[in-house]
Amino acid sequence: MKQWLTDLWEGFYTVLVGMKITWRHLFVKKVTLHYPEEKWQLPPKSRMRLFMAYEDCIGCGQCARACPVQCIYIKAEKRDPKAPAIFAANGQGIKLDVHVFDIDMSLCCYCNLCTYPCPTDCIYMTPEYEFATDDLNQHLYRFAKKDAKFLTVNPKPPAPKPAAPAAAPPAGAPPAPPSPQAPPAPQTPPAPATGA
Amino acid sequence: MAIETAWTAAELDTDEMVLQMGPQHPSTHGVLRIELRTDGEVVKAARPHIGYLHRCFEKHSENVDYPGVIPYTDRMDYVASMGNSLGYALAVEKLMAIEVSPYVQTIRVIMAELQRIASHCIAVGTYGMDIGAFTPFLHLLRDREKILDLFEWTCGARLLYNYNWIGGLSHDVPDGFVRACRQFLREYEAITHPELMDLLIGNKIFIKRTAGVGVCPVELAINYDLTGPNLRGSGLPRDLRKDEPYSGYENYQFEVPVGKGEYGPVGSCFDRNIVRAHEMAESAKIIHQAMDRLEKLDKSDVREKVPKRVKPAKGEIYARSEAPRGQLGYYVVADGTGVNPYRVKVKSPCFTAMSVFHVLAKGMYLADIIALIGSLDVVLGEIDR
Amino acid sequence: MDLLSSLLGGVLAGQPAWLLALVAALICATLLVTFMALGPIAYVYAETKLAGFFQDRIGPKRVGPHGLLQTIADAVKLMFKEAIFPAAADKFLFVLAPCLVVVGAFLGFVVIPFGTRLQTADLNIGLFYVVAVSSLSTVGIIMAGWASNNKYALFGAMRSAAQIVSYEIPAVFSMLVIVMIVGSLSLQDVVNAQHGGIGYWFLFRYFPLNLIAFLVFFTASLAECNRAPFDIPEAESELVAGFHTEYSGFFFAMFFMAEYTEMFIVSAVASVLFLGGYLAPHPMLQTVGGLGLGPLWLFLKAFTLIFIMMWLRWTLPRLRVDQLMHVAWKVLLPISMTLAVVVGGLVLVPATRWGFGLWDRTWAWVVAIGIVAYLIVGMFRAIQWSRTRNRVMATS
Repeated sequence: MKQWLTDLWEGFYTVLVGMKITWRHLFVKKVTLHYPEEKWQLPPKSRMRLFMAYEDCIGCGQCARACPVQCIYIKAEKRDPKAPAIFAANGQGIKLDVHVFDIDMSLCCYCNLCTYPCPTDCIYMTPEYEFATDDLNQHLYRFAKKDAKFLTVNPKPPAPKPAAPAAAPPAGAPPAPPSPQAPPAPQTPPAPATGA
Repeated sequence: MAIETAWTAAELDTDEMVLQMGPQHPSTHGVLRIELRTDGEVVKAARPHIGYLHRCFEKHSENVDYPGVIPYTDRMDYVASMGNSLGYALAVEKLMAIEVSPYVQTIRVIMAELQRIASHCIAVGTYGMDIGAFTPFLHLLRDREKILDLFEWTCGARLLYNYNWIGGLSHDVPDGFVRACRQFLREYEAITHPELMDLLIGNKIFIKRTAGVGVCPVELAINYDLTGPNLRGSGLPRDLRKDEPYSGYENYQFEVPVGKGEYGPVGSCFDRNIVRAHEMAESAKIIHQAMDRLEKLDKSDVREKVPKRVKPAKGEIYARSEAPRGQLGYYVVADGTGVNPYRVKVKSPCFTAMSVFHVLAKGMYLADIIALIGSLDVVLGEIDR
Repeated sequence: MDLLSSLLGGVLAGQPAWLLALVAALICATLLVTFMALGPIAYVYAETKLAGFFQDRIGPKRVGPHGLLQTIADAVKLMFKEAIFPAAADKFLFVLAPCLVVVGAFLGFVVIPFGTRLQTADLNIGLFYVVAVSSLSTVGIIMAGWASNNKYALFGAMRSAAQIVSYEIPAVFSMLVIVMIVGSLSLQDVVNAQHGGIGYWFLFRYFPLNLIAFLVFFTASLAECNRAPFDIPEAESELVAGFHTEYSGFFFAMFFMAEYTEMFIVSAVASVLFLGGYLAPHPMLQTVGGLGLGPLWLFLKAFTLIFIMMWLRWTLPRLRVDQLMHVAWKVLLPISMTLAVVVGGLVLVPATRWGFGLWDRTWAWVVAIGIVAYLIVGMFRAIQWSRTRNRVMATS
């Protein structure tokens, strides 16, 4: 009998306590984000869409090797030695012609492992996440541009060799990946070409 | 499914019904299929079928290099990724005898405990939802979103972080992280936690639904290798963070919540749940202490010990850590040649928790089956890998 | 309806009485069904919005300003959805079941008094009629479960039938308390016995006995409507959707509509029985410049009770079936039986025929003002709490 009464009282009381909490929540500011009118400001380190600056790529293939899901396809050939020298933005000479640089974003797992080994920091992840399409082919990004404007003048000519071999090579420790404040111009991938 | 073991003719009884709680079900926490043989409302036998989410994690890890396994480990228990990558990183670091700096260890502890709170938010929240209380789930998810915002600020991703690397971390904590984290904890401890205890855990209906249901006695729990909150709910205070401290856990003062059986026999669903709820508060305490310690330590480069190329010598190692769901163990075999692991085997806590399901399910009501699965806190990604 | 008859008597003078009654009945029925069928639209909108607000989020907001047209969009969608008939289902029963449930719900409107003369039919067995007619829904539910040819649906239907039948008994016993005080089953008489302001409402007579009777009645009617915490028959996370698993399209909409209509009926009956029906808390507020505010007061009270039902749904977990039965038979039934006996005894004593006099009336005002003040103060404190919380959360 006593157990019955305590159960009854406790049941009633805990219901009222719960109701008080939910009543309080009626008047609380709602946490809903009114997407797409309001968008959450992503921190610059956010790992969303991959972007790669083709003019800076030296074709080393480190990113393709680091990728755990093998979503980067690179085909590079040695440049004609008689062709004019071209350089990446950090001064490194580009010795390979990168014919194919495809990233299949539908395979990408957004782990960011490809960005760390890049010697010129040309590949990085941007905070742009609204790239949903209804055609899966649109997710194959072909970064190899035919009309790439390569640097022909070395922006950082090599330092004169000092006596002690302590000069750090130009392609040194990679700095923090340059995260652009605003995402770059949306890289709408070119229309899916046939073949290749 | 290819191989079906049908009920034998002797087991079949014409009065009983065979029900499938199929892979698509609102409360099976993933794609879990349970075959139930019920007599009216009472369950006579239960057979879980897993494998609907098998993604060949262990095979994949043989084809990628050691750092490349980490994104895969994230995806096992996708609700609590930091714990998974931490376990793997600890295993390979032990194999290669790499000692990380106290700074890295402290950050690892902060991240792991934040992840524990986030994971238990889902565990307790979805459990409440299965029982029928829809509101605490959303309140807890609101707090989990704040934790995920902290993670996004640190490493750029919200759910699958690739954060704990072999020998260090991928990113250092940003400036202001400690302040933001302390603020989150302040809100959590002052608002969300007391509300959770009042609204859900203290509710008489919830207690009546869960206390006395799915009682797992201690011997049964030990025999079936239950770990984590499931074992602690049965009364045994086993916690790897206290028993075999890793990553600097010996420096922190915290208690290990244990199921006491206040409303019924020890080891009921209620005990497992209240252990998780208390663990959230304990994790908050640990994070406070870790952040105090972090502020006193010198900032060091979190990637200084990360090897350029991870090529361990021939050997094997088994390392375990306390993931939010139990003991997560990694058995890594290196054959000394090549950059890929020879074998990575994972001992998943949810898998062993699921193994006790068929024992506990006998004699329960149908509604209690759902209470039971939720209280074991299974995530199918970890069971199936 | 007799009001309508007399009005029509002026228009259609000279016609036989049966024709007047028939026309009046048809007009009444049409009006009722039209207005009351719009009810669920408002209730569903309120439910989804309230669910959002309790959970720190806003509910629907896209369809129409503040999501006002969401339910209409849902209704249109349900109507255009393909009504799938399981191949092995009993077609006739499958179609009949939702009809029975809806009819059972709507028939309850006949006796609800919206004003002194605004009642479709003042049956002298009004309360008995309401209880009988809501049992019609039970038959519909069992039919739905059986005709679906689905184990889960059958489970849900059986549970639901057991639940409704068990909870009718405490509900009826609490009604009996009121009936004994009034001495008549007619709902109009019940309202008339509560004239005089809030102090005379039955909720506060024999304080606190009738209060307990009200709580018992409210709890039992929550179970009658299959609302949380007694919503095992439609527990989405357990047996998919219970007895209406196999229903889609318009039939599902009918079940839905029936549930919300039943909620209104039960709230209206509760407010008639305990909260004074169409009477205002103070006689001065009853008419405004000759216009009777009766229906307004009834709707206000019914909506408050519906709000409390929704509040409970989003706060409490679900009871398991056997616990449900335990509550019905071992908790509510003994309480309501005891109350019936005690209050029945008090009614027989001449001194306490109508209550405890001044004690009741004092408590009436104290409790009413106390609850309203608590809620308003709670609201202000909640707003203040949320402001401090927002300030705390914003500094990051």
